[in-house]
Amino acid sequence: MIQTDILIIGAGPTGLFAVFEAGLLKLKCHIIDALPQAGGQLSELYPKKPIYDIPGYPEVGAQELVDNLMEQIKPFQPGFTLGERAEKITKIDDKLFEVVTDKGTVHRAAVVAIAGGLGSFEPRKPQLPNIEQFEDKGLLYMVKNPAQFKDKRVVIAGGGDSALDWSIYLSDIAAEVVLVHRRNEFRGALDSVEKVQDLKSAGKIKLYTPYEVTKIEGDIQLKSLRLKSNQTETELDLETDFFIPLFGLTPKLGPIANWGLEIEKNAIKVDNTLDYQTNIPGIYAIGDVNTYPGKLKLILCGFHEATLMCQSAFARIHPDKRNVLKYTTVGGINGFDGSVKQAPKAVVKTID
Amino acid sequence: MIVSKEVRIQITDRNGTSHEVMAPTDLNMNLMEVIRSFELAEEGTIGICGGMAMCASCQCYVLSDHDLLHRGDEEEAMLSEAFNVRENSRLSCQIPINEALENLHIEIAQED
Ligand SMILES: Cc1cc2nc3c(=O)[nH]c(=O)nc-3n(C[C@H](O)[C@H](O)[C@H](O)COP(=O)(O)OP(=O)(O)OC[C@H]3O[C@@H](n4cnc5c(N)ncnc54)[C@H](O)[C@@H]3O)c2cc1C
Ligand code: FES
Repeated sequence: MIQTDILIIGAGPTGLFAVFEAGLLKLKCHIIDALPQAGGQLSELYPKKPIYDIPGYPEVGAQELVDNLMEQIKPFQPGFTLGERAEKITKIDDKLFEVVTDKGTVHRAAVVAIAGGLGSFEPRKPQLPNIEQFEDKGLLYMVKNPAQFKDKRVVIAGGGDSALDWSIYLSDIAAEVVLVHRRNEFRGALDSVEKVQDLKSAGKIKLYTPYEVTKIEGDIQLKSLRLKSNQTETELDLETDFFIPLFGLTPKLGPIANWGLEIEKNAIKVDNTLDYQTNIPGIYAIGDVNTYPGKLKLILCGFHEATLMCQSAFARIHPDKRNVLKYTTVGGINGFDGSVKQAPKAVVKTID
Repeated sequence: MIVSKEVRIQITDRNGTSHEVMAPTDLNMNLMEVIRSFELAEEGTIGICGGMAMCASCQCYVLSDHDLLHRGDEEEAMLSEAFNVRENSRLSCQIPINEALENLHIEIAQED
């Protein structure tokens, strides 16, 4: 069981920055995210694109901003449960919530901060009749553990960056990598497209275009795929150990919608006059996932909301303690790892 | 006198209800943004990629005979991976609002 002060659901920019603000108040955080990596929409949807409206940054790459946030919160040693979706919440008593993930990991905290953005990213599944029957039985929608493909045969389907990048990556690990795409053109970063071209020429990736997977076969475990050419209608069967369709991920609010929180327009209603608390005391919602009059889904608004939420969480966790705002310039950063960051002291010295 | 121009657009939502809206031509908007501004599709189910032709959540079908069937390269690539795609499918975020759209009729495609 994982125990912490503030349990954050969602490792997007809002959730990450909340760790920093909580750390200044000596509160410990743990973050759950359905994706295998931190960064939320920035890492998943537009890692290579620039952002122009982060105060103080005329321009910053989305992934660069996530990397910077990770660096900034490092002294506060956040815990992470990645690749798992927060599924159920139970109120143990007035000072304790329990959150369990789809993989059964149990977390307990006095305060829960939902920073779930547009929702947890769920794979877009190809429309094949018996597809669900093979999920986790040779069929995967995300690569979480590349080592499991060692010396196995893998078929990847898709035409975007993730299909290209995973084909390249796995061509070094798997016994055989086949890439299937329904068109001849791929869409991705130029170097990825060129790399796949090279690997194909070198015989390390087998390409089927314009082909589509039309059928999955197997008994319990997935055994083979039926491929059909979009040009000639030719069909062929391909034996394989794994099938990884990579058709992108779409965010879905998912289980959080059934937690008894007030929902409006697919977002959680909060009290924006005070602390972004929901209708359940002790549960907050910050960033893209919340709504209130005048709400804007922007990174900088999430940062602000995270900051105010932490103040309120402190008062909830330590009702008997007083708290005054300290500037980081004055107070410095005292990490839970023992690290100290401080402004250099001014000298007091005569000039003669 | 400066009159801000608006065009009349008929939009059939995902429940089959038809709406007639007036869309401004001078605000640098695209059709996905018009749909969102009139709240004709549930928040969070349209415009997920912000209009970069990267998610297909804004797919629509062009029902009137406006000359709109030319898709851009990235749009074509995205639609090739989307579901429920038809001859007359477009990504509404790739259609800028201009005067040529007067009396356009579109239908918003179902969510994936
Ligand atoms: C293409 C594009 C361009 C953008 N450009 C800008 C810009 O220029 N400036 C700007 O300010 N904003 C921009 N945005 C918006 C910005 O990305 C969002 O405001 C920001 O990502 C919100 O951060 P967040 O931390 O609240 O949520 P998100 O980044 O959405 O992160 C939420 C995380 O929570 C996880 N999650 C949700 N539910 C669960 C659950 N039940 N269990 C486990 N995990 C869960 C999700 O997997 C996700 O990783 C842009 C967005 C897009 C798509
Ligand atoms: S909004 Fe994503 S493709 Fe149009």
